[in-house]
Amino acid sequence: MKDIIFNVFILVTIIPCFWVALSSNIVHAAFSLLITLFGIAGLYVLLGADFIGVVQVIVYIGGILVLIIFGVMMTQRGKLLPLSIQLPGKVFAAVLTGVILVALLLVATRSLWPVASVLGEPQPTSAAIGDLLLGKYLIPFEVASVLLLAALVGAVLIVRRSVRGE
Amino acid sequence: MSYSLPSFLVVSSLLFCLGMYTVLTRRNAIGILMGIELVLNGAGLNFVAFSRFLEPSQTTNLLSGQVFTLFIIAVAAAEVAVALAIVLSLYSRMKTIDVEEFKQLQG
Amino acid sequence: MAKLIDPQHMKSILWLIPCLPLAGAVINGLLGRRLPARLIHFIGCASVFMAFLVSVAGFFTLLGIEEPQQRLLIQSLYQWILTGSFSLEVAFRLDPLSMVLCLVVTGVGFLIHLYSVGYMAGDESQGRYFAYLNLFTFSMLLLVLGDNLLLMFVGWEGVGLCSYLLIGFWFTDLEKAQAGMKAFIVNRVGDFGFFVGLMLLFWTLFEGSNGTMTGLSFQQLREGIPLLGTARPILGVGVATWVALLFFFGATGKSAQIPLYIWLPDAMAGPTPVSAFIHAATMVTAGVYMIVRLNFLYVAAPVAMAVVAVVGGVTAFYAATIALTQNDIKRVLAYSTISQLGYMFLAVGVAAFSTGIFHLVTHAFFKALLFLGAGSVIHAVHSNDMQEMGGLKKYMPHTYLTFMAAYLAISGIPPLSGFMSKDEILWATFNSHLPVAGLGKALWALGLLTAGLTAFYMTRLVVLTFMGSFRGGSEKEKHLHESPSVMTLPLMALAVLSVAGGVIGLPAVTHLPNLLHDFLGPVLSSHGTSGHQAHAYGLEVLLMLISTGVAATGIYLGWLFYVKRPELPAKLAARFASLYQVLNEKYYVDEIYQALFVRPLLKLVALSGRFDLNTIDGAVNLSSRVTVKFAFLIGWEDLKIVDGAVNGLADIFKRWGAALRRLQTGRVQHYLYSVVLGIFLLSVAMIMF
Repeated sequence: MKDIIFNVFILVTIIPCFWVALSSNIVHAAFSLLITLFGIAGLYVLLGADFIGVVQVIVYIGGILVLIIFGVMMTQRGKLLPLSIQLPGKVFAAVLTGVILVALLLVATRSLWPVASVLGEPQPTSAAIGDLLLGKYLIPFEVASVLLLAALVGAVLIVRRSVRGE
Repeated sequence: MSYSLPSFLVVSSLLFCLGMYTVLTRRNAIGILMGIELVLNGAGLNFVAFSRFLEPSQTTNLLSGQVFTLFIIAVAAAEVAVALAIVLSLYSRMKTIDVEEFKQLQG
Repeated sequence: MAKLIDPQHMKSILWLIPCLPLAGAVINGLLGRRLPARLIHFIGCASVFMAFLVSVAGFFTLLGIEEPQQRLLIQSLYQWILTGSFSLEVAFRLDPLSMVLCLVVTGVGFLIHLYSVGYMAGDESQGRYFAYLNLFTFSMLLLVLGDNLLLMFVGWEGVGLCSYLLIGFWFTDLEKAQAGMKAFIVNRVGDFGFFVGLMLLFWTLFEGSNGTMTGLSFQQLREGIPLLGTARPILGVGVATWVALLFFFGATGKSAQIPLYIWLPDAMAGPTPVSAFIHAATMVTAGVYMIVRLNFLYVAAPVAMAVVAVVGGVTAFYAATIALTQNDIKRVLAYSTISQLGYMFLAVGVAAFSTGIFHLVTHAFFKALLFLGAGSVIHAVHSNDMQEMGGLKKYMPHTYLTFMAAYLAISGIPPLSGFMSKDEILWATFNSHLPVAGLGKALWALGLLTAGLTAFYMTRLVVLTFMGSFRGGSEKEKHLHESPSVMTLPLMALAVLSVAGGVIGLPAVTHLPNLLHDFLGPVLSSHGTSGHQAHAYGLEVLLMLISTGVAATGIYLGWLFYVKRPELPAKLAARFASLYQVLNEKYYVDEIYQALFVRPLLKLVALSGRFDLNTIDGAVNLSSRVTVKFAFLIGWEDLKIVDGAVNGLADIFKRWGAALRRLQTGRVQHYLYSVVLGIFLLSVAMIMF
């Protein structure tokens, strides 16, 4: 049963991914990305990472993806351009990524990972992650908060300047 | 596929490579952004998978992997905010978001 | 007494006390510009008056509860912070202590709001004024009613903010804006101490309690205090003492004690009702209230208590000496306030908590009256300088009469309220058991001396202001007038309170019950009643006679100096020129702080600026100059000898550059390609090796 659910989530993750990469309609690509991100959130939950799963849904889908869709909608005026580059470039890119994919798959399947012999039941993670964030990883955590603030201010500044420039 | 570490690694490899392909082949700046999101998600999935499957030990806290994924999500949020600001700003100036058109930096 | 109001009903409307002024602040703050002045006045005064009514209802509810230990109403509004086993609630606590403060804040506050209507008439931004004043009332009530330390801290910061806003109310005047900032910054220094104390207390309690501590409410703190005794001492001093001292440091900021009193005299830049309300009657007493509220903590830290007593006693004396020579009527009153606050800290320092509160209450009456009277005078004369006043008795009879009541009260003339409370403090100090032998007696002597000084400078103030003939010029004299009744009515009400307020704390020798002491009893640690246990009536009467004698001497000297022989002060000033100078310049403390803290800080800023300008820029310039020189040298040689070779080399680089230049296509995609190519090469390398 678990394997079935697991495989369903993998399919939900991977298939829309091809649309993201190959679709000739940017709106379709954006919505495919939405499904992919949902699938990944599901995989996180299957991995016992409940907190990350929820964060994935809230931040990625609720925040980042909505931003992207907004971006798509706000830049669709004017002439429609081909979404991707010409064929020769595509072939080159496909070869490149193909080689990297083969290398990655080999590493993934052939390596001897120090895997735990018995998998424990997943425990609730929120409290433990909170401890880590405010303990061991306090400084990265604070730096990340400063980064987010800087990004916020920077984003506003960039857009404002361009508006004022008009 | 079975519920094991290599399966997750395969999925994340696929995510990574499809993301990379998207980044390489899109002319649309927002399309490139989507590719980057896929790449970041592949990496995040890897971290969480390792934090689930690796042998626990005294010295390391496996939850660190999840914390890193959190940081990845935070960085992605910052990146998208700034990138979209740049894209919108470029759009208002150049009336397009086709990266082939942006070549003022040509040496 | 019959139950007039059901305690359960009272409990459910406690929130009205702070929130009515808050509502007034919101309305006046948001709509103040559009509302007519009359409506602003009505909202401002009515909100506080209604809070006063609710407080009175609360008072009778408390009295209606037969068992004194049960006189406690707590209304819990909602859960504020919840982490693990720790929770904080927004809850209001009405017990006898907060009840007394509530009545003072809303009662005196209402009178001052009313007075402000007359005082601020014609000002352009009355909406803002009343909004700030209401907001202050809210913050003060929050401070008083808050059931846990953190909520109290919110109020503590809130009153500081409002004080800043109101001191700098006329912010277009640079000096006044600066006075506001000074008050704010000096208060921040104290608040920092308070906050560190709060964190230390929090940390120690939660470390030591193994999870049995679940909040910071005063009840829980009282039960948790013994834990502080078991905690590891810091630098050889017990944690309880540290916490008590840090809190007291916060109190020295808010209540203007040594070393952080310097902001209060400057704070007189604000409107006079503000000085009366915030900087005399309520906010500056927050420190005293805080110590009484945490009396269980201070009782557990005798050393901190002694420090409080000494700082209080010394501040009382010190500020009184400065008040002797000031010419600005409000500044005299400001130093007098600092001095009287010193008395209160002296009282709580010797564990006479209820006496401290008693003096807080009577002081609120007579000092608010003094300030409002001074405001009325300033309103008429348009000057703060006492040298330009005089003879106002016949122009402003109501102000004069009420002012006299406050004057006699603060000077300690029996049986006015000031006498009662001051005498009780002196009596408690005399009987105190401080850790250092003889310290109690020494502080008593200091307090007695201060009482004499107080009588003296207040006499000086009254004589210079109201007696003799007007010195402000005949032009101004024509315009002298009594203030409107909206201003004199609050004066009269306060005058009645100043005269009769003493009945709530009659001395033991009268064999009548000390109402305030009995009322506050349940809130205070049993230890705090030591001053009243063994009564030596003969001694008490003797001490009373002594202090009355000292006050009378002070008044006599003042009369002698400024009425009978007015040439005497100048002579004395000439005789002891250096002492006079030091007093007149307020011991140069502002200058010392300026030199010790402010200027070094500014220097540091300037220094780092100059470091950047001279050292770093200098290094850069130097290197560039050296390079230029060197280049000249080389260039000369270059031209002659290696020119050809160099040109050849340059050509090579130029051609390479032209080739590499093409790599910089300016296209994002191409850059991405190079990144991926790098990954690709790494992958290939990984597979191969």
